[in-house]
Amino acid sequence: MAVLSMKRVLVIGLRKDRKKILELLQRKGVMQIDISGSEGENEADDVFQKTDTAGIRATFEKNISLADHALGVLDAAAPPENAGGGLFSGREKMSLTDYETNSKKRDKIMDMVYNIQKMDKRRSEIAGEIPKVETQLESLVPWLDLPYPMDYEGSKFTRTFIGTLANEVPEEDILKNITTDAVAVDIISTSPEQTCVAVTCLREDQAATEEELRHMGFARPAVSGDTPDRQKEELSIKLEMLQSEDESLREKIASYAPHRDELRFVADHFRMRSDKYRVIGSLEQTDRVFILHGYVAERDSKKLEELLSSRYDCVVEFSDPAEDEEVPVLLKNNAYAAPVEGVVASYAMPAKGEIDPTFLAAIFYYFLFGMMLSDAAYGLIMVVGVAVVLKKYRDSMEAGMKKTLTMFQYAGVGTIFWGVMFGSYFGDLPAVIIRTFFNPSLPADFSLAVWCEPAIEPMTVLGFAFIIGIVHVFFGMGALAYTDIKQGKVLDAIYDVGFWYLLLIGAIGILLNTDMVGGMFGLHLNLPGSVMLVFEVLALIGAVGIVLFGGRESSNWGLRIGKGLYALYGISSYLSDILSYSRLLALGLATGVISSVFNSMAAMVAKPPVIGPILFALIVVIGHTLNLAINALGAYVHTNRLEYVEFFGKFYNGGGKPFEPFTENTKHYRVTE
Amino acid sequence: MGDLGLFFAILGAALAALVAGAGSAKGVGMAGQAAAGVVTDQPDMFGRVLILQLLPGTQGIYGLLIAFVAMNNLGIIGGAPQQITLLKGLAYLGACLPMAIVGYISAINQAKAAVASIALVSKRPDQFGKSMLFPAMVETYAIFALLISILAINGVGAI
Repeated sequence: MAVLSMKRVLVIGLRKDRKKILELLQRKGVMQIDISGSEGENEADDVFQKTDTAGIRATFEKNISLADHALGVLDAAAPPENAGGGLFSGREKMSLTDYETNSKKRDKIMDMVYNIQKMDKRRSEIAGEIPKVETQLESLVPWLDLPYPMDYEGSKFTRTFIGTLANEVPEEDILKNITTDAVAVDIISTSPEQTCVAVTCLREDQAATEEELRHMGFARPAVSGDTPDRQKEELSIKLEMLQSEDESLREKIASYAPHRDELRFVADHFRMRSDKYRVIGSLEQTDRVFILHGYVAERDSKKLEELLSSRYDCVVEFSDPAEDEEVPVLLKNNAYAAPVEGVVASYAMPAKGEIDPTFLAAIFYYFLFGMMLSDAAYGLIMVVGVAVVLKKYRDSMEAGMKKTLTMFQYAGVGTIFWGVMFGSYFGDLPAVIIRTFFNPSLPADFSLAVWCEPAIEPMTVLGFAFIIGIVHVFFGMGALAYTDIKQGKVLDAIYDVGFWYLLLIGAIGILLNTDMVGGMFGLHLNLPGSVMLVFEVLALIGAVGIVLFGGRESSNWGLRIGKGLYALYGISSYLSDILSYSRLLALGLATGVISSVFNSMAAMVAKPPVIGPILFALIVVIGHTLNLAINALGAYVHTNRLEYVEFFGKFYNGGGKPFEPFTENTKHYRVTE
Repeated sequence: MGDLGLFFAILGAALAALVAGAGSAKGVGMAGQAAAGVVTDQPDMFGRVLILQLLPGTQGIYGLLIAFVAMNNLGIIGGAPQQITLLKGLAYLGACLPMAIVGYISAINQAKAAVASIALVSKRPDQFGKSMLFPAMVETYAIFALLISILAINGVGAI
């Protein structure tokens, strides 16, 4: 439960070792290097210069995107075999020697990338050309019976007009509109939209006939050139060639499949180099030496120093960060709490002076999650499922993924606990199975619950949910007091937390003694007057304290009291905070009731022999898979909400910058020594 | 008149499933369109946007749950409907209304938040944790409605 203490680190090394040192740091990933904003600007200085690396980095970035694109093309042409396992298995490990051998091949690999790129470009050209040819083929179809070339104009004595008329026009109608008798009309094809015709007349009637045809709406055809059937043949050949070219390109691309790993490597290689050159661009250096500033966690500082000074001639110096410096934040927690770090990180990292809330959040996290999902069988599935995945991928899984899965595993333990308390094992499945297959006369109040069933005694569980809410909120306020006291602001702790404790404890005592609230939970305390007096006095002290000190930052007493009264009004927000914990009951009920919906659906079809039990099992499996998925998601989201809003809202603001070490930001490989 | 009581009770159960379900259907649809838009450009976002799409779907489930609890109380599911008074039937109807109405409205507004969150995740994939919270805030009210409806149905059943 801690924010790791950070050291400023200064490394001065020889320029000839620059590359080696940076690569070593990148592999170790323990140091955050200052990247100044003015990178590459070559701020002229008498002693130090900076190297402009923008150009070379642009080349690297281009190579990265080319290689990534080539990988995408290759994956489309030849899908990788183990596509499914990628979810859990992280980056593959690569030894330093392998890395160095592969690096030497990078130009050869990039040639492959260019090749794939070129073939892919040709394929997209083909993909654009094929529909064009197909459209041309289509437009030839009505003309296929025409024996002449499309631009045939007639013989020495005759004139032939080839073209279309709108709508379906019979031969007689055309003849009727043409005055000369020496005319031949060939209907090539007809459709309701158009009639394709070849009209032949004598040369001397040419002008008149053309005019008459134009009156009928005669139009030149969209196609021209050779005879339609010959054109069709040519186009078909072209289409076939395009298709076979496309197929052979696809095969050629797919033939690069054995080199997939090399393509992955080269993308990662340039990714790492691009990062490295970003650092180089911001280094201060002279002809002989370079200077590196950054942060390192105190626990890693010894190791870093030994590592660097044992291999290279360099100076490594550590110092404490300045008071007002914004130090990057790295969290360190024990095995119980560490899985929840991701939840904290996705809210915000602790700001300067704040405590790491991970452990506090973890205390409640698994418990709250469990109460919302609350089914022993679901919990067991989570625990065992995660254990299997963790074992299967224990070598390759990334640390972040491992933490998230472990969190769900621990949440599964909480789920088992609450499932046992509420007697829920796949909902009421045990009772349904007994009733359906063995003993129909099982009494209706059969229950496996160790404590009670929320569906039967909702008010009891609701009351308990509120108690958890009160504890959780009080805990959060306690954390605020702790932070204040740690920073030496003891009075703030008393004003902002102490008075509220008094007021809330008093108010809860008074409320529980009333018929309305107490009666709701079946409590009829009728506390003696002396106890009530204690509660009343507590509440009064708290309220007066809040009014007097809630607005203490104002020096004007009128304003101060006004602000104090407004602060007292904040009690309504405590009320809504506590009511918010009713979701513990509601989501628990949702899991249980939806389970029993599926179970009774299954029981309805279970009567016929053989097929009945099969259907029963099918409905149970599908129904509970669905229920587990949707309610685990709900429990996760709403546990986060309770932690973020109701709990963190009391004491935690966050706003620190996460520690971002100079490391291998790769996708496929992780280079290790 | 006893039949009329049963009628109103079933009307309530049906409304809970119907209105809340309709809201969820609309909401999941809205979020689904946004999610599909993101996946056209970023196929690897599928898992994340799918979860966001699902968030407005819970109201439909809560509605189903209320309908089921009510019908179970009424003996409709067991096949032996109870004879209940008109007053009790109307009380059932009233008990179902929070889930029906709040379910509908919250599903649609949750979907709007989910659509915005999907846009957020498409630009800042690392903010997935936070993006889930915005729609979840809206769901709080559906949960409250669910709770009141369940408690009320149980209460009415005991009359």
